[in-house]
Amino acid sequence: MKQIIFLGRGGQGAVTSSRVLAIAAFEDGKFSQAFPNFGVERMGAPVRSYCRIDEKKIDLREQVYDAEYAIVLDATLLNGLIESVSDTIIINSNKKPEEINLNTKAKIKCVDITKIALEEIGKPFVNIAALGAFAAITKEVSLNGLEKAIYQQMGSKGPMVEKNINAIRKVFEDASK
Amino acid sequence: MVKNVVISGSDAIAEAVKLCKPKVCPMYPITPSTLVPEKISEFINDGVLEAEMINVESEHSAASALFGAYAIGVRAFTASASNGIALMHEILPIISASRFPAVMSVANRTISGPINIWNDHSDAMSERDQGWIQMYCESSQEAFDTIIMAYKIAEKENVSLPIMVCIDGFSLSHVYEPVQIEDQKKVDAFLPKYNPKNILDIKNPKTFGPIAFPNSFFEFHEQEQLAMKEALKEIPLAHTEFASMFGRKYGNGLIELIEMKDAEYALIANGTSVGTTRVVVEELRKEGKKVGLIKLKTFRPFPKEEIINSCKNLKAVGIIDRHVSLGSEGAITLDVKAALKDEKVRVEGFISGLGGRDIDKTRIKKAFEILEKGGKGIWLK
Repeated sequence: MKQIIFLGRGGQGAVTSSRVLAIAAFEDGKFSQAFPNFGVERMGAPVRSYCRIDEKKIDLREQVYDAEYAIVLDATLLNGLIESVSDTIIINSNKKPEEINLNTKAKIKCVDITKIALEEIGKPFVNIAALGAFAAITKEVSLNGLEKAIYQQMGSKGPMVEKNINAIRKVFEDASK
Repeated sequence: MVKNVVISGSDAIAEAVKLCKPKVCPMYPITPSTLVPEKISEFINDGVLEAEMINVESEHSAASALFGAYAIGVRAFTASASNGIALMHEILPIISASRFPAVMSVANRTISGPINIWNDHSDAMSERDQGWIQMYCESSQEAFDTIIMAYKIAEKENVSLPIMVCIDGFSLSHVYEPVQIEDQKKVDAFLPKYNPKNILDIKNPKTFGPIAFPNSFFEFHEQEQLAMKEALKEIPLAHTEFASMFGRKYGNGLIELIEMKDAEYALIANGTSVGTTRVVVEELRKEGKKVGLIKLKTFRPFPKEEIINSCKNLKAVGIIDRHVSLGSEGAITLDVKAALKDEKVRVEGFISGLGGRDIDKTRIKKAFEILEKGGKGIWLK
């Protein structure tokens, strides 16, 4: 089983990203579970959300204490990453991994998701786009599954869906390099 | 059409309610139950559920309107949690004594104070004695399935009691996972049209809610107790029928036994802590430990015989209670102790998960360790 932590700020859509990832993994034929850190959300305050992906049905219902992966939507929150991450930490940042000061055994990958979101969506909506980086770097989910999940989650809300699809593809490409 | 989707426990409940076609849904939002009335009001607005949504001013009114809907003879639904359930307290036994087969979902949340929005079972457990059947769910799929089964069981003439379908607040109400949404025709075949006998009808006047003097009140309660006994038979029957139609089952609908055949030590759990305990049992079994798990799906009526039969040969059994009767013990522990009073098995109660404290693998392992070492039940803080 793979556990993923999403770290973002209230309003950034971390909860939605974990949900879209769970749908995408399910579309890929896996089992999944997504849930927010249970509590009271405030705009701008740190928000955590979680996803579990497995080949078999997931019975585990405890909170996530350590994870294989973390996706950090806002790099200023890095100090708040208190859970241990064993595989990879994906950070939305224009810095290089070696410039990131973080005490971890996990690999660090930086992708400038905000830049791509501004180009493709016109607004710094990074939550969905960040999943493109996750797919490219970890290969735990397919880009095709993610696209299906976006349609399911956002429905046919017009241009925003297309813009998010473009952004996720661009981020996927960028992170595959 | 059957749909496989990733939705929350709350959405799963709303989808199931839609398929059961209630005519009246009086609801008052309260965290963490709010997602249920939100989704149902969406269905009603979109015209996919033909029901009257009553925006009541309180949970007391929600329960009263639920009573009213059943008095005129239609299937109805409400959802609540925590202090909302507490505010319904006065009406809940009136619904059951009137023998109205109402169904209510409870997104279990503790009762204030101090104020706390998170999960434990103190809201439903505080209504233990009010004549409502109580069924607890471990997954979103089980929540979906249990709503459909609940209407079927409640509406059995020999049962005619209301049912609370309980899901852990946040730990299930807000967890997104795969759920199979069943086809309307199949649900219609399983759940026939509601055909009540006792309704308000001006052509055939009857009295509801009359005063019961000392010469009859006793018999009202006696009949409710008999109906609870009938429910112990009807729940497994409805459950078997559900399993044969939909291919999913949860033990016999009362309890489910996991690794119990040769178990020496076992835990009894309900709600989402069952899932995590399954994982712990699997891990401990790999270490060669003879441990098992009894999932208590139905808490009222209490499946006493099933508990005796599954526990009597154990060395010790522990109970994970997500609630405490202050000044005594956990509600489930008390019932299990009473059931096993003539057996040799040691019974230990563990209080855990109060006010949203996580019931994680570590705490569950600790409970097993205490049982094996012959220790006493503790508060698993």
